[in-house]
Amino acid sequence: MAIPLSYNFRNLVVRKTTTVMTAAGIAMTVAVLLAVLGLVSGLQSAFASTGDPLHVLVMRKGGNAELTSLLTQQQFQIVKNFPGIAAGHDGQPLASLEVVTVTNLPNADNPNGMNITIRGLSTRGVEMRHLKLIAGRWFQPGQREIVVGKATAKRYPKAQLGQQLRFGKGLWTVVGIMDSGGGAVDSEIFGDGAQVASDFNRPDTYSSALLQATDEVTAAALRKSLEGDRRLNVTVMSEKEYYAAQMISAQPVKFLGIFVCIIMAIGSCFAAMNTMYAAVARRAKEVGTLRILGFTRGSITLSFLIESLLLSLLGGLLACLITLPLNGVTTGMGNFLTFSETSFNFRVGPEVMAIGLVFSLILGALGGFLPARHAAKKEILTALRDV
Amino acid sequence: MFRYFSLAFKNSLRNRRRSALTISSIAVSLCLLGILIAMYHALFYGEETPGQAIRLVVRHRVSLTQALPFAYEAKIRRVPGVKEITVWNWYGGTYKDARDQRNFFARFGVEPKPFLTERTQLSMPEDQRRAWVTDRTGCLVSRDLANKLNFKVGDRINLIGDIYPGELDLKVVGIFEDPDATNSLFFNWEYLRNTLPLGRRDLIGTFAVLADSPQDVPHIAKAIDDMFANSAYPTKTESEGQFALSFVSFLGNVKLFLMAICAAVTFTILLVSGNTMAMSVRERIAEVGVLKTLGFNNDTILGIIIGEAVSIALIGGVIGLVFASLLTLLVRNFAGNVMPQLRHLTINPTTALIALGIALLIGVVSSFIPAWNAARTNILDSLRYAG
Repeated sequence: MAIPLSYNFRNLVVRKTTTVMTAAGIAMTVAVLLAVLGLVSGLQSAFASTGDPLHVLVMRKGGNAELTSLLTQQQFQIVKNFPGIAAGHDGQPLASLEVVTVTNLPNADNPNGMNITIRGLSTRGVEMRHLKLIAGRWFQPGQREIVVGKATAKRYPKAQLGQQLRFGKGLWTVVGIMDSGGGAVDSEIFGDGAQVASDFNRPDTYSSALLQATDEVTAAALRKSLEGDRRLNVTVMSEKEYYAAQMISAQPVKFLGIFVCIIMAIGSCFAAMNTMYAAVARRAKEVGTLRILGFTRGSITLSFLIESLLLSLLGGLLACLITLPLNGVTTGMGNFLTFSETSFNFRVGPEVMAIGLVFSLILGALGGFLPARHAAKKEILTALRDV
Repeated sequence: MFRYFSLAFKNSLRNRRRSALTISSIAVSLCLLGILIAMYHALFYGEETPGQAIRLVVRHRVSLTQALPFAYEAKIRRVPGVKEITVWNWYGGTYKDARDQRNFFARFGVEPKPFLTERTQLSMPEDQRRAWVTDRTGCLVSRDLANKLNFKVGDRINLIGDIYPGELDLKVVGIFEDPDATNSLFFNWEYLRNTLPLGRRDLIGTFAVLADSPQDVPHIAKAIDDMFANSAYPTKTESEGQFALSFVSFLGNVKLFLMAICAAVTFTILLVSGNTMAMSVRERIAEVGVLKTLGFNNDTILGIIIGEAVSIALIGGVIGLVFASLLTLLVRNFAGNVMPQLRHLTINPTTALIALGIALLIGVVSSFIPAWNAARTNILDSLRYAG
């Protein structure tokens, strides 16, 4: 027969100082894990929400980043007439030749400046991305005008509506702020393709082309036929794949974070063990009494284990509470593929919290196992005689 | 004061399991704290090597991805204090299969003779030096890279360009050792330049400058940047160490990340240690009464209890630091590739002192409240206390 749960609850309440301190120790460990996972998950969602499954990205052969890719006007003329590309409402193919480069803007975190992607494109390219303007208007062709992503506008005091930024060959005026719904485009700056290309001395060699296929099956076929074309010599990826590949930038932080969590977890396990041993020692008489009443060794082990799990679960819940305010904190992370920064929000969502709670339960189980066995092993008579 | 030390120490041995668990818990946490402090130190207060202290990097002010005209070289050479200058051009490219991270290493196009002058700590046999200067298709690889990918003198290395068109067919003419240049390959810039279209021949990514002495570095940097401030290609000149650090900020707010984790770890140890001390003191209140009856005064009792906590924390700290120095070897191998500053990560005396200082502080803070309460309880109450 099992010992009622209320027994464990009451014990935790009676020793509230110890309970709270141990749970807080576990909470800190789990909080570090949650923060790291929240960071990774935030970046992941920024990249995952970027890219349309119908979009394919054309780059130079072997290219894995738009920044280092080259695509000429001539190549683009061939590309845009490939079969399988959807037509816009004006009957023209949905294809956009784009030039990608970076500029440097300072902010409070990086007084020396951080790299921001500048994308020069046509109004067609803007239309294909289904962006929302949250302030101002779109840039005019042939003008030194730019529209900044909302994350860039939030994090960089210089990238505000009406301000001027200096890059390329002159000053560019911010005429609008755009919103892609949390995607990587929110960290970019858009301007007129021809103007950006001429400012960066590359009127003929742009970077890449974005195409929209009529449907997903055609998208795959379009990829094949483009890559197989000998005149072009290009690499084609789906836009989704391209952004997913950029998650590699989170690797160092993920590695460091998990390394830290594992070490902290070992420390917390010892701490939980300490608390549980003390609990067992203080209740030696009670354990003896329970045994006399007919509870088996198994149910006593289980009871102490459950108490340890409750303790760690409390820690886990506390950790969720501590890290909840992280949601909505915006941060940025550089990326060596695009050589620029992507801004994103921490995301301590349900999945991340679930991982944190499971992690805390594992800590509790590891920390509670030995003390629980120790309690059950005691002989009834010695247990009762214990002071 | 020290007469009571043996009493404090003996007390800590009374409940061996608890002390062992507490020491382990503190040791694990301080091991982590030691590594994090060492990382912070290496990243932000790292000593520049003699070579780094005397070299500067000149790049485009806006971004590393924008080029500078080759003509700058002659102008920079005339700046007082400049001993030597060479083109230092990132090639990028792919070696075999880019998806395998092992195949990634830095590839730079340089001018062979000035390169050898500038690398003051480079060591390489004399005949290889001669071959490097005379063989236009020759390249140098660092010893660690040669070991990793099994390159030998005379081997051919084929690189496929991404930023630059075409391929590079190089011959290994030398294998060098240089503490500031690992995992890298250098080839003759002239060789690449001749394969480029006219418009790109005279565009250079960065220049590496050697100063006469480390004292000259700041004024050279200012002189170069002032000289080009109003040109079409403004520059940013920094010491090699600062230049390397700008890549760290790329990984996100590393400073804040490390600090936050350090704080969480410290707080966790404080909780663990405080909890243990509270438990031990509570069990011994009757004893405190006996001590008082024997004539020990409140301050001495306070001292004995704090002394016990401090000795536990310090023992944990020392064990933790020993483990930390072992773990740094592991961290070096993993993190060294992402952040070169971590390649020589060690627990140096400063780090050890800071970590032990924290241990000491934790010992005092964690035991103060329980010790204070125990010392204050009057004799009768404490003798009557049943635990």
